[in-house]
Amino acid sequence: MENQLPRIVITGVGLAAPNADNLKTYREKLLAGISEISELNLRYFGNAPAGLCNFDETKYRKKKENKRGTRAGCLGVYCANEALADADLSIDHYKRSRIGVYVGLTEHGTVETENEVYNISQYDYNVDYWTHHHNPRTVLNNPAGEITMNLGITGPHYAIGAACAAGNASLIQGVQMMRLGEVDMALAGGISESTGSFGIFASFQAQGALGSADDPRNACRPFDLSRDGIVVSEGACIYVLERLDSALARGAKIYAEIVGYGMNSDARDYVLPFHERQAECMELAMERADLKPEDIDIINTHATGTKQGDIEECKAIRAVFGEAPDTYINNTKSIIGHAMGAAGVLELAGNLPAFEDNLVHPTINCNDLDPACKLPNIVFDKPVQLESVNTILNNSFGMVGINSVIIVKKYN
Amino acid sequence: MTRDAIKDLVLEIIEDIDEDADFETLQADKPLRDQLDLDSMDFLDIVMELRKRHKLQIPEEDYPELATLASCVNYLEPLLADA
Repeated sequence: MENQLPRIVITGVGLAAPNADNLKTYREKLLAGISEISELNLRYFGNAPAGLCNFDETKYRKKKENKRGTRAGCLGVYCANEALADADLSIDHYKRSRIGVYVGLTEHGTVETENEVYNISQYDYNVDYWTHHHNPRTVLNNPAGEITMNLGITGPHYAIGAACAAGNASLIQGVQMMRLGEVDMALAGGISESTGSFGIFASFQAQGALGSADDPRNACRPFDLSRDGIVVSEGACIYVLERLDSALARGAKIYAEIVGYGMNSDARDYVLPFHERQAECMELAMERADLKPEDIDIINTHATGTKQGDIEECKAIRAVFGEAPDTYINNTKSIIGHAMGAAGVLELAGNLPAFEDNLVHPTINCNDLDPACKLPNIVFDKPVQLESVNTILNNSFGMVGINSVIIVKKYN
Repeated sequence: MTRDAIKDLVLEIIEDIDEDADFETLQADKPLRDQLDLDSMDFLDIVMELRKRHKLQIPEEDYPELATLASCVNYLEPLLADA
């Protein structure tokens, strides 16, 4: 049944990560295990490790528009334009009313609201000084909407809210809308501006889940016994999705085909993840893709460097992939931190070039492997060269019990 | 505040909103919106900045007075007489 649906492929990638502003540099740094997590000083909170993006913010729109809009919008506009350029695709190739923009967000509006409360605190909390920009900046469709305004896209745009599973969820939404024939091309991905919010750091801190280290580059330590929490990063990644036949007709470069996906809910806890549902989610994605565990070459883990989260995911992987000795496992967050709504898509992007170079990029910062996280074939410190890489499974899980899995396949 | 100082204040606020704004050919008696990249939200920014900098509360019915640079100066001159 699934095979009869239109096949959807990724033909362009635009990204802003804490260590790169394009896929080539990003891949090089991931292979070399180069983290550029730095220390950020936050209002009220103080210093914390954080992933910040350096990219040409005025490459695709004026400084005035960046001031008017949000950081998330700025990241999104950059990545959407970069994705189109990477796909060698003019915005007029498809009818603008037949293009959809689907953006995954963990949260939105937190940064703007905190800033505005601080602003009025300078005026004795007189709300006459509250900005008229607050509502258009904080509506949930803001980042996706800023992309449509910048590119003149008149098809649908909206946000997918799925905590830290949102990046994968937006890709899934893009695939579904393309298969339904609602749109002919999709810009789908995820964005995070979370480093602008002291509250997000303070909340992780209060939960005992904020990563720390003398050198901020060592703060995110998934699977390591000494791991102590999450490193919050900003970032974005937008993909161009096309139907296979349309992509082939225009001679597009095809990064991968999205062959399977799964989403489900734990239905049990606000913050604690649950391995049984995670395992079911991976199984669901493989069933849709008509693949077995031994068919998966690389698993990009969601593991964020929290005590329980990493163990739960390892349990899930052990349960599903116990009999798959040739499946390799890595973790991208150890290098770039947790880009929240952008995490799933940024981490998938970091692994996509494996279809060309057959390398599995490493996990860094694990010097003392937690026995509870022991799995065969976790790639540490140095990349591993495989004979061939044909499938990647990408895990992304989020608070309030939401799980998402995407499987992509090399297009031959 | 002198008329020249008020003019400079308005231009400074506009430059804060859009640092690419070109005042070279700006005609004082023609609508700012026709000559610069400004929309209604930007005018609300001008109103907010006047409130922040000089505690001016400009009522909504007076917003049309801010249409041109000359009308801005005329309107603000008595309000900023002691500034």
